Order: sequence, then C-alpha cells, then structure tokens
Amino acid sequence: MPVIAVRDLARTYSTGAVEVHAVRGVNLDIEAGEFVAVVGPSGSGKSTFMHILGCLDRPTRGAYELEGRDVSRLTRDELADIRNTKIGFVFQGFNLLARTSALENVELPLLYRGASVRGAERRRRALAMLDAVGLADRVDHMPNQLSGGQQQRVAIARALVNEPAILLADEPTGNLDSTTSREVLDLFRQLNAERGITVILITHDHEIAAHGNRIVQFHDGLVVRDEAHAGGRVTGAAPAVEVLQ
Amino acid sequence: MTLFVTIRVALKALGRNKLRTALTMLGMIIGVAAVITMVALGRGAQQEIETQIQSAGTNLIRVRAGNFRRGGVSMGVGGAPTLTAEDVDAIRRAVPGARYLAAGVSTRDQVIAANRNWNTEIEGTDVELPLIRIWDVDMGAFFNPSHVRSAAKVAVLGSVVRDNLFGEGADPVGERIRIRNQSFQVIGVMAPKGAGSFGQDEDDKIFAPYTTVQKKLRGRDGTNISGITISADSPDNVNPVADEIAAVLRAQHGIPPGEPDDFMVRTQTDITTMRSEMTQTMTGLLAGIAGVSLIVGGIGIMNIMLVSVTERTREIGLRMALGAKGRHVLWQFLVEAIVLSLVGGAVGIGLGFGVSEGLTRVLLWPTAFPADTVALAVGFAAAIGIFFGFYPARQAARLDPIDSLRFE
Repeated sequence: MPVIAVRDLARTYSTGAVEVHAVRGVNLDIEAGEFVAVVGPSGSGKSTFMHILGCLDRPTRGAYELEGRDVSRLTRDELADIRNTKIGFVFQGFNLLARTSALENVELPLLYRGASVRGAERRRRALAMLDAVGLADRVDHMPNQLSGGQQQRVAIARALVNEPAILLADEPTGNLDSTTSREVLDLFRQLNAERGITVILITHDHEIAAHGNRIVQFHDGLVVRDEAHAGGRVTGAAPAVEVLQ
Repeated sequence: MTLFVTIRVALKALGRNKLRTALTMLGMIIGVAAVITMVALGRGAQQEIETQIQSAGTNLIRVRAGNFRRGGVSMGVGGAPTLTAEDVDAIRRAVPGARYLAAGVSTRDQVIAANRNWNTEIEGTDVELPLIRIWDVDMGAFFNPSHVRSAAKVAVLGSVVRDNLFGEGADPVGERIRIRNQSFQVIGVMAPKGAGSFGQDEDDKIFAPYTTVQKKLRGRDGTNISGITISADSPDNVNPVADEIAAVLRAQHGIPPGEPDDFMVRTQTDITTMRSEMTQTMTGLLAGIAGVSLIVGGIGIMNIMLVSVTERTREIGLRMALGAKGRHVLWQFLVEAIVLSLVGGAVGIGLGFGVSEGLTRVLLWPTAFPADTVALAVGFAAAIGIFFGFYPARQAARLDPIDSLRFE
C-alpha cells in the first residue's frame, strides 16, 4: 500500500471573477521509503500540490489518501492532528521561533500532540533528534547564534520529532550556500536510507532534484514527467539530470 | 498542551518585548490602583464615621422640640417651645430603657475672661450628660444636681474655649468668666472630644446647668427646653426606646392619634446613616470614574494584542503547520492577555496600597485597605483580560495556515 495515493487531484482558486486552476488533475502514488523530488518552475502548481500533501490545504476535486485514509475532506482540527503526527515540514526560511532555543524549537510539535507528552519525555526526544542531525552540542543556542545550515538542521529535527511518515521539504536549500545545501541534502539522504523516512523534496532546481530516487516534474498544474532516478547522489559530483523541455 | 505549558509560552512571548509589555500593563496598573485608592479612601471615611458614632455615644437618642411639618407649616427644628422639664421626668418614670437623660437648652453668646473674649455656644444641660456622651472631665468636676436645682452660675469649659480664654493647657478651675454681664465660676474643663457627626467642633462650647441657661441667659421662655439627650440601656434597645419616648411625649402633649408629633426623636444611627450614605455615594462615584480607566486599560491590552497577532502571523502559521489547532492558538493569545491584565492588576493593587498609605501619612486622610475590593479587582482584571483578549485571540485562531506562513 502506498503511503500517499493521489487520484485526479485538483485545486482551483477563485480570485473574484477569474478562476485559477493551480492543480488540474494529478495522479500519484508514493511508496514508503521513497525519496521523491518534485520539480517545476514557479507557477507550475507544485507548491499548491505540496500544501495539499501537507494537509495545509484541501483539494477542490479528487481524493488524497494518506496511509490508506482519505484526508481530503477532513476538518481543520483533524488536519492539524495529521500535520502534527504524520507530516514533518521543512521550509525554505527555516521558520524557527526567534529568541527560542534549538531544544525548545524542536519540542514545539510535541506540545500539540493529542496525548500530551511530559516535559522530561519531550526533552529526551528533542535531544535525541538534535543528536541525530548532529547538533547535540548546540541545543541551548538561539537561532541567531546558529549558521543557516545549522538552523535548517534544527528545523529538520523539529520536523522529525513526532516520527512522521513523510518529510515535506519546500525549497529547503533555497536560503543556503552550495556547501551547506549539500550537507542538508546529505542529511535527507541519510535519514531516508537509515530510518526509512519518506522524503518529498520540492524544488525548482534540477540539480537539487537530482538527489532524489524519483523525480516528478510539474508543469501547468499537471505531472508531465515521473521517472525513477538511478540511485540519487550523496554528494553533488554527477552532472545535472536532463529533463523534458 | 497543558495550561502550564500555555502559560509558559505566553510568559516567554511577553518577555520578548518587555517595554511594550510594561506599557500595556500600565493602563491596568493605573486603573486598578485608582479603584483601590478610591475605595480605600471611602472605607477610611466610613470607619471614621463609625468612630464618631462611638465617640458620640452609641446608644444616643436626641429629642428636639418642634417638627419640620406641623399642620402644613414648616417650623424648623427647635422652633416651637413644646418641650419642658416635666417631659424629661415623664420619660424617666415611664421608659425604664432610657438610662440617662439630660434636658438641654442652649444659646450663643460672648464669653469674657479677664482681657480675652470668645464667642461660643453655651449648652445648658443636666448632670448625666458626661455619662450619655461618654465624655470625661479633664480638670475639676461636672456640675451636680444641687447646681441644677439652684440654677447656679457655674460653667464647665470645652477645651477649645479654655485654650482661647485662659491659654492652652491652663487650669482655669476656680476662675471667673462673664456671660451677659453675669459672673460664672469655672468648675471644670472637659477632655478634648474632636469633631462631631457633622464636623462641628464639640470642644468649642461651654456647659452650664440647663436651669441656669433658662433663667439667667435666655429669660424669655423660662420653662421650655429645646431638646432632651437620652442614652438607651443597650445599643439593641435604641429603636424601641425611641418609640416609647415618642409615645410618652405624645401622651404628655395630648396629641390625638393621626396628628403629627410636635417634637422629633432621632437616634445617633439615623444621623450617621445619612452621612454614611453620602460617603458611600461619593465613593461609588469616584470608584466608577476609576473603573472607566480600567476599561481604557483593557482597550489598551486589546490594541496591543491585535498588533501582536499581526506581527506574529508567521509564527501562528508555523505553529499551525506543526499541528497547533485553532484552540491552541486561541489559548496562547488569550492567556497572554490574561497574564497582562492579571500582572497589571497585581502591580496596581500594590500601587493602590502605596498611594493609600501615602495619602494617610502625608495628607492625614483616613484610608482602610479594602480586602474584598482587592479580590474584586483581581477578578475584574482577569475578566477584562478575557473580554478584551478574546477578539484578537480569535482572529489569530482563524488565520489560514498557508496565508500566515507566506505573510511578510
């Protein structure tokens, strides 16, 4: 059973008189443990698609099954629970809480769990996650005391602290230089390989997308290409993958 | 998310912008402090009135000749010569609950001692007055029944009169003073008493036997008295005794049923209740005005909370993306508003207490710290936090996660 099954998914925005068809009928299955890169130019509908996958938005048409459960018609609160336990988000701008320590940032999703997690347990899990991303010695640092790459690693630890089924990364390297980008992407690969976490990476950059095992290309609200990509890369030594167009 | 965690998150958020937090609280601080101070002043005045009741004599009943309304004509209190010494004897016989009685008739005149003179009230009264008013004689002695029987020209001075005629603290016992060209012997000085129920100086008067005032000073209505001062045997008995006195006097004066009294019976409680009500009205008014500043403080909180919600839109979006539900966000901001108002309220209570103490020490205004008002202020502060915090918090809770995450 695929972890994500999307059937004829569409999302239409009405801005006054004009209807914008951001996503126009997408079919996609993602199996557990895949490392999928979703690539496409801006305006291709990949961000809207990601919002729906991340349960931040609901489709206007079609079905979205997450771990076998149709989540396309859930209420706001039910979607919040799904985001909390099933999905980890990594954003381009890190989105860490300012003047809040790395540890407390990582603890944040645990605060919103239905079954409350005690303080000591929260701390234990957050510390373990920070250790896993290699920041065991930075737990008490504030975001402004951390480099961009370190901040993004705190964000990844935060995304994973509730042990979600999928990790959704939206342009995670957009604010990082090439060396730190590679470190972050290597971390994704490592988490994918060692922990079996399903990673969905959204990017406009084909070179970044080449890190995935599978590349899904969006154009004009539709999937125009979906192919396995041999092995992916741990470091960016191979040439850029050729794509359609 | 437990309440404890919510409060900690709120405190952290408030701690990130300390100056703004402090300024927002200032509105609440001033509002609560104003209410506390006003109520403390009111309570202080109230307590002072109660002290005056004690000082006037708790069981006091006063009968005055005449009545405001008599056959449709306003006579004015004491305006009709209707009471006599026989009425006093009748009450003494018929009303056992009237423990001490003193007939009274007073006048005002110039009093001369050697080269000094002083215009004051000469209160003609009876020997039991010190017992009724619970008022000690400081020097010498009060006059005795034989002075009253013989209408002796003796005088007991109030301390203010003594100070003005003989010098402060002097002992004038045995000295002579002149009133209306008649020589009186000073036989005593009363202990200082302070202000009476309506602020008049109780120490600025001279006591003499009522018979002396009737015959030697007033002359024209030789047998009438203007009032009777009575002390009931217990505080609980004041009202029944007052009623009995009224009945006796109606019988004495032969007033048929249905006709109005030609006298007025008032208890000390009547008099102080009136003043007490005045004070309460004033306190209520001032506290009301102070309460308005509390509302203004609440609006200040709402304003800042709205700004804060807008400023932290991205934070709200992030929290929602991480699984925060609407109610989590609602509570976060609501608790912030409540913390603002409660901490502001607590500081306000402290400030109000300080200001009240200051007023008592510097201006000598009596204040009493109102414990129940403090509880009320805390409750009111929390209510303001909830009321004015709810709208911004709901705004935050209704935000769309995607729009909030993209908000610049």
